Amino acid sequence: MTDSAVGMTLGGHFTYFITIFLMMAGLFIVIARGNLIKNLVGLGIFQTSVYLLYIAPGKLVGGTAPILAAGFTVYSNPLPHVLILTAIVVGVATLALGLALVVRIREAYGSIEEDEILALDAQPGGRAQAE
Amino acid sequence: MSLAPHLPALQVVIPLLAAPLTVLLRRRGLSFALVLAASWLALAIAVSLWWRVHDSGPISYAMGSWPAPWGIEYRVDALNAFMLVLVTGIAALVLPYSRASLLAEVPPQQHYLFYTMFSLCLAGLLGITITGDAFNIFVFLEISALSSYVLIALGRDRRALLASYQYLVMGTIGATFIVIGIGLLYLMTGTLNLADMGNRIGAVQGTRPVLAALAFLTVGISLKLALFPLHQWLPNAYTYAPSAVSAFLAATATKVAVYVLLRFYFSVFGHSQVFGRLPMQEAMLLLALAGMFVAAAIAIVQSDLRRLFAYSSISQVGYIILGLSFDSKTGLVATIVHLFNHGITKGAVFMLLGCVALVMGGTTLARVQGLGRRMPLTSFGIVLCGLSLIGVPGTAGFVSKWYLILAAVQQGQWWLVFLIVLSSLLAVAYVWRFIEAAYFHEPRRDIEVGTTVPWSMAVPAALLVLATLYFGFDTSFTVESATRAAGQLMAGRP
Amino acid sequence: MTMLPEQAMVLALLVPLVGAVLIALASRTPNVREGITLATATTLLLCVLGALPAILAGQRPGFTLLTMMPGLDIAFRLEPLGMLFALIASGLWIVNSLYSIGYMRGNQEAKQTRFYVYFALSIAATMGIALSANLFTLFLFYEALTLLTYPLVTHQGTDKARRGGRTYIGLLMGTSIVFLLPALVFTWALTGSTDFTPGGILAGKLGHTGMAALLLLFMFGIGKAALMPFHRWLPAAMVAPTPVSALLHAVAVVKAGVFSVVKVIVYIFGADTLASAGVAGAADALVALAGFTIVSASVVALGADNLKRRLAYSTISQLSYVVMAAAVLAPLSLIGAAMHIAAHAVGKITLFFAAGAIYTAAHKTEVSQLDGIGRRMPWTMAAFAIASLSMIGLPPTVGFVSKWYMVSGAMAAQQTLVLVVIAVSTLLNAGYFLPIVYRAFFVAPAAGDAPHGEAPLPMVLALCATAAVTVVLFFVPDVPLALARQMVGP
Repeated sequence: MTDSAVGMTLGGHFTYFITIFLMMAGLFIVIARGNLIKNLVGLGIFQTSVYLLYIAPGKLVGGTAPILAAGFTVYSNPLPHVLILTAIVVGVATLALGLALVVRIREAYGSIEEDEILALDAQPGGRAQAE
Repeated sequence: MSLAPHLPALQVVIPLLAAPLTVLLRRRGLSFALVLAASWLALAIAVSLWWRVHDSGPISYAMGSWPAPWGIEYRVDALNAFMLVLVTGIAALVLPYSRASLLAEVPPQQHYLFYTMFSLCLAGLLGITITGDAFNIFVFLEISALSSYVLIALGRDRRALLASYQYLVMGTIGATFIVIGIGLLYLMTGTLNLADMGNRIGAVQGTRPVLAALAFLTVGISLKLALFPLHQWLPNAYTYAPSAVSAFLAATATKVAVYVLLRFYFSVFGHSQVFGRLPMQEAMLLLALAGMFVAAAIAIVQSDLRRLFAYSSISQVGYIILGLSFDSKTGLVATIVHLFNHGITKGAVFMLLGCVALVMGGTTLARVQGLGRRMPLTSFGIVLCGLSLIGVPGTAGFVSKWYLILAAVQQGQWWLVFLIVLSSLLAVAYVWRFIEAAYFHEPRRDIEVGTTVPWSMAVPAALLVLATLYFGFDTSFTVESATRAAGQLMAGRP
Repeated sequence: MTMLPEQAMVLALLVPLVGAVLIALASRTPNVREGITLATATTLLLCVLGALPAILAGQRPGFTLLTMMPGLDIAFRLEPLGMLFALIASGLWIVNSLYSIGYMRGNQEAKQTRFYVYFALSIAATMGIALSANLFTLFLFYEALTLLTYPLVTHQGTDKARRGGRTYIGLLMGTSIVFLLPALVFTWALTGSTDFTPGGILAGKLGHTGMAALLLLFMFGIGKAALMPFHRWLPAAMVAPTPVSALLHAVAVVKAGVFSVVKVIVYIFGADTLASAGVAGAADALVALAGFTIVSASVVALGADNLKRRLAYSTISQLSYVVMAAAVLAPLSLIGAAMHIAAHAVGKITLFFAAGAIYTAAHKTEVSQLDGIGRRMPWTMAAFAIASLSMIGLPPTVGFVSKWYMVSGAMAAQQTLVLVVIAVSTLLNAGYFLPIVYRAFFVAPAAGDAPHGEAPLPMVLALCATAAVTVVLFFVPDVPLALARQMVGP
């Protein structure tokens, strides 16, 4: 590949690289971190990568803002923005619900570290309903 | 003004509107009545839609009169008409049941919130089933998922919170994978309408983004339907959620996820592409078999009945995916029929277990010793449902098993035939654990025993048990719907 | 009162079901409950007899109940072999009910209502098997019979009963789910039907290996026929009360097994198809397997000291007589197989009745304890002696008739191995039955033996009745013989 071709690949697709980086970073945080809030942060990052995946291709090369005007024939695609607004709302709701759950877990268990919580559950007295 | 043309929209709108109204109402009795009315109306609409599709073929409805493929289209064909009846039917039975079971499990001041979330979950599931737009599927998927996280967290054991949290994390990852897949498909085909996507994908068939989209969608949906090994969230979620929630989710959530898989595989990608080009058949086959055997084996050693039957659900999902992996009409009939049959069986089981929890204070095998003497009808109901899970003739489960074995025989895969029947023996083992506990011991006198089971819980449970038996003898509705749906799916795309 | 044979069939299916409900309702009044049992059994026999003339005249009445799945009906048709089975089952139910009354009350067993209810339901399932028109219906009622007899086998509710029940369910459900169901599905996929048709439905559909494989799949799948190595459920089920053992090992369960075997060989495969040149040898494996079962089960019976265990292994052996005779495929041996279903039923039920009578009156279970018991229980041991003669196959008992036909059929088909097996096993049968009879009558009882009398009257009446039938059928074998002949063909 020539220099310019490599530059075209990297430059033209840098959004995808960022997308993949965010996706993997988010997933790694979810898997590797035991703190419940950090999990949610990772989940949020993971969801954010998707926004970029949708929006970046919406901008067409040489396209203008999607408002009808004389003299323009190529418009950028507004649909991905609409879709991602919905996705952002979903992400916000998920984060809110997740945080609310973490608050309740903290009240019930006294900790938000996953290994401590599992250890509490493993104890015989840790059960909320004794058999 | 006739409502008839707008039924597809009302199917989703009615439960969706009931939710905020319930929050505003706040009163326990009123909110129950409102959501009950909404779900029964939804059932009536689903039945009416099924009849219309049965008589005159698929229905297409343009939301807001914006024509497809630019507007969102609701498309009802044989497959989702069948699914709509299942989901609304289960909801219509679970709601009367929930009135009394919630009293024992959820603080009264939270009941109206339960009904709100239930209504949202129902709307979400119905929306997934009826919509013909890919992104709409994602939106309703998240609606149903978020509301089910809340429903599960309402369980009285504190482990319900953790179960809900774990389900939230895994479910969100799954949904995000699905939306990535949808995004890739949109980028390659330029449309979000499923039918239109199916038409346009021919031009870009086999390109890497499309294959990646298939992979993301498969993994994301597999997480939602608890295909082995992405099933980790299910046992905790079903065990610690309130009984009504377990009954509802066990009967509907995974089934709707299977529907989404079928829709994408057959109506968008085209089964010859999915199974012909890629080793999807082998992959699904292996995962299905693993789920069937491993989950059933784990079920045998469980000491809590809810957990036991949750693992049984994972095993039964294996059967459903096995039918899909045959890529034949008979296999698809087996899959679609088992969606219904397993739905009613598991719904009945969890309802009955809720009755047991009400009277005996729990559902561990230690507590249900002697249940045959203490609660004879309930035990007998659980036995009948267990027979359906094994696949004894005369129960609904047998019908699905028959078609599954037939599909394997038709393809000459005798080793698969024997694997299917051997896994039924594992089901015998875990069902017999309940029978031996319930009928071979004296009832426990030392644990606190509650009241008798109220009618509002007993009647819906009994109706579902009777349905399990009825659809084992009169299969005209299930098999005919499944055959028609399978035919449409196989013919949908080349 | 004349009734249409179809009406008789419907009644034969409904009467035991209705009886079960009435028995359950009468649980508070034991005498009424027992009366209902006897009345139901008698009514059932009358219904079955009501259809007999039509069958003997050559009619084959039937009806379809419902279509379960596209192409698969639950349908009933009465034909000679089914008629024979239905007669045995309904006739012996009366006797068994009489015996049960004596046994359950004599031993003061618990949960008697549950016992009689599941008994009636099991008979209903047996009628379903006898009257089934196609293999699918037979499979439905076959599975129902397994499940309905489980509460009877585990009646005692003890740990031992639980373990025996596990073996029972495990082997019977295991064989039917793993072998019989795939065989059934395959038959349907291959031929589009599962109807029992004279001459079979598999002619020309399969080659030599396929036919043999399918035959073995069916035979192992019909676990109730106790073909080795899936025979262990039978001794395991001995944990049940003796009336249940009598039902299982003479009337319902094992007979359903060998009945299904003969039905499959005659009406699904077709004797001619199996004997034809194209698939020669397919049935030979079955003959060998059955022969092995006969001999080895007899050898085990020789060494068994527990009386019920000895009778259990004798049953395993005798059932394989039926399988072997059917697998020989000659018309005479098929008649022998059908006759033996009847002969073994009346003989074995007598033996089990006697074992239960001995337990009830003398509390003895081992053969070595039975010295001189004939002096104290003459009627019981006389019946035991007659039934033993029938098992060995000596005149003047009906066992001789069935053995005669089996030997004739084997000679006609030039199956010397079969003749050897029959000869050896006859000697073995004598070896484990005659010593019991001899010691009972001609050896003095052991010192320190507590004195006792006969068993309660209902039990003695029952076993005398069946012993008498064993002898009567030798002199008047017309009805079973006519039915067996009709099965083989006009």
